[in-house]
Amino acid sequence: MTTDRNEWELLKGLASNDRKSIETIYRTHYSMVQTLVINNSGTSDDARDIFQEALIVLYEKARSGSFELHAQIKTYLYAVSRRLWLKKLSANKRIAGDLANAAETIATEEDLEMYEHRSRDFEMMEEALLHLGEPCKEILESYYLRRKSMTEIAKEFGYTNADNAKNQKYKCLMRLKKIFFGHYNNNNQD
Amino acid sequence: MDERLIQESIERYIRGEMLPEERKFFEELRKSNPGVDQMVVEHTLFLHLMERYGDRRNFKSTLQDVHNELFESGQIRQTQETRIVRLWLKYRKTVAVAASIAGITALAISGITSYFTPKADVTRIEYLNSKVSLLEKGQKSINDKLNKSQTKIPVEAEFKLGGTGFMVDPRGYILTNAHVIANSTVVIVENNKGQQFKTNIVYISPNSDLAFLKIVDSEYKAPPVLPYAISRGNIELGEQIFTLGYPRNEIVYGEGYLSAKTGYLGDTLACQIAVAANPGNSGGPVLDRNGEIIGVLSNRQVQAQGAVFAVRSRNIFMALQEMKSDSSLASIRLPLNSTIKNMDRVQQVKKIQEFIYLVKSY
Repeated sequence: MTTDRNEWELLKGLASNDRKSIETIYRTHYSMVQTLVINNSGTSDDARDIFQEALIVLYEKARSGSFELHAQIKTYLYAVSRRLWLKKLSANKRIAGDLANAAETIATEEDLEMYEHRSRDFEMMEEALLHLGEPCKEILESYYLRRKSMTEIAKEFGYTNADNAKNQKYKCLMRLKKIFFGHYNNNNQD
Repeated sequence: MDERLIQESIERYIRGEMLPEERKFFEELRKSNPGVDQMVVEHTLFLHLMERYGDRRNFKSTLQDVHNELFESGQIRQTQETRIVRLWLKYRKTVAVAASIAGITALAISGITSYFTPKADVTRIEYLNSKVSLLEKGQKSINDKLNKSQTKIPVEAEFKLGGTGFMVDPRGYILTNAHVIANSTVVIVENNKGQQFKTNIVYISPNSDLAFLKIVDSEYKAPPVLPYAISRGNIELGEQIFTLGYPRNEIVYGEGYLSAKTGYLGDTLACQIAVAANPGNSGGPVLDRNGEIIGVLSNRQVQAQGAVFAVRSRNIFMALQEMKSDSSLASIRLPLNSTIKNMDRVQQVKKIQEFIYLVKSY
């Protein structure tokens, strides 16, 4: 089956952040989700948000090494978007209409639960980093997210040597962990 | 400094940057020192979450990039506008017909209205207080002088307004319309047996036109429970309702139905009922067939007979809430269960009438 082969390639590309794959998926399925959202009392901005969220769900699923969708990308994205939009509608107390009555095409429950869980972690980390302030935020992001070496960072931030930069990074890291785990442990207790 | 070294070792260990010998040494340390082990576990989790955070953040910004690029190159487009156009094409005939009907109707109505409306008082609202005539006032003061020993009316007071009130708490709390007791210093209530009691004005809520009175009289004996309830539910168009009040010195029963869910000029605090109401009915309860009070009768439209407005019962709860936040006075407990639900009307009225009071303000 050539289509399956193609889809598998696309998912692999998605997992490795291949720009071409992302673009292809985006271009192919955007209008389907847009129609879904707009026909169910949403705007084109809502449609963009929902579609991008659905893509994140797919991305994180693929990145965890699972390319087994048990469905085509199209079907999967539709089901996930539909669930996400229904949720948003009910959160805003808007009427879902026919959308709520339509039968579930495939089960996405687990994936969405995972997505929501990770979204909470994401927001906590974002918040903690914002709370941390500069230059700590920038130093830690350079080191952990952009994978720069401590020597590079020392040069960039004007520290006299790498050891000073390391010391600063250590202090920042301790503060960030304190803020983050403060929220994280609170959140995971209940 | 030591802490920092440990932290850096942990990070190198997790990232697999240690040499075999160093690694072996560190694993021994980890086994023998639970504190270090805990730090390794925690930091592993942290690095993992940090990585995921970075991944999602990058992916999000890539998506935004891709969106903008595809949008600008016209490979995806917004369908919102086209949908409106589609709707317009589909319904423009209907819209045209509807618009012209609306126009014609508006013209016709304004024509008819200007033809039939009397020049003076256009939809004036009249409060149903009995504005007592000079004659009555004279009579009253003669009576007062005669019965000085029995009456509780202050000697030199002028009888200003009259209305109806009903008990909302057996401890002597009576609810009436605010306009019934407006600007008065002394308020006397009288029950259907002719007993008079002195009251204090506890709280006036001008927004909802409601006022709470409390009987302060040694002669008053609190009944154990009130037969009716104050409704918290919704009202239904066409619902059968009845009222009790004092349009004259005798209690009068009236029957009707709920004719609109809003009051005068769409006032959502009120509702419209069709019932025979006369001056003096103001402040009287409007009850449904279960013996639940759904409103407080308040005013009527002058030239339309039978259009009477009532303050909806949920305002009673709101006024009570206002009062609580506004004063340190004792809390009123509203009756929430009707004990006369399945009785016939005659029995219901019999049970209720002793809790309906004639309110006289001086």
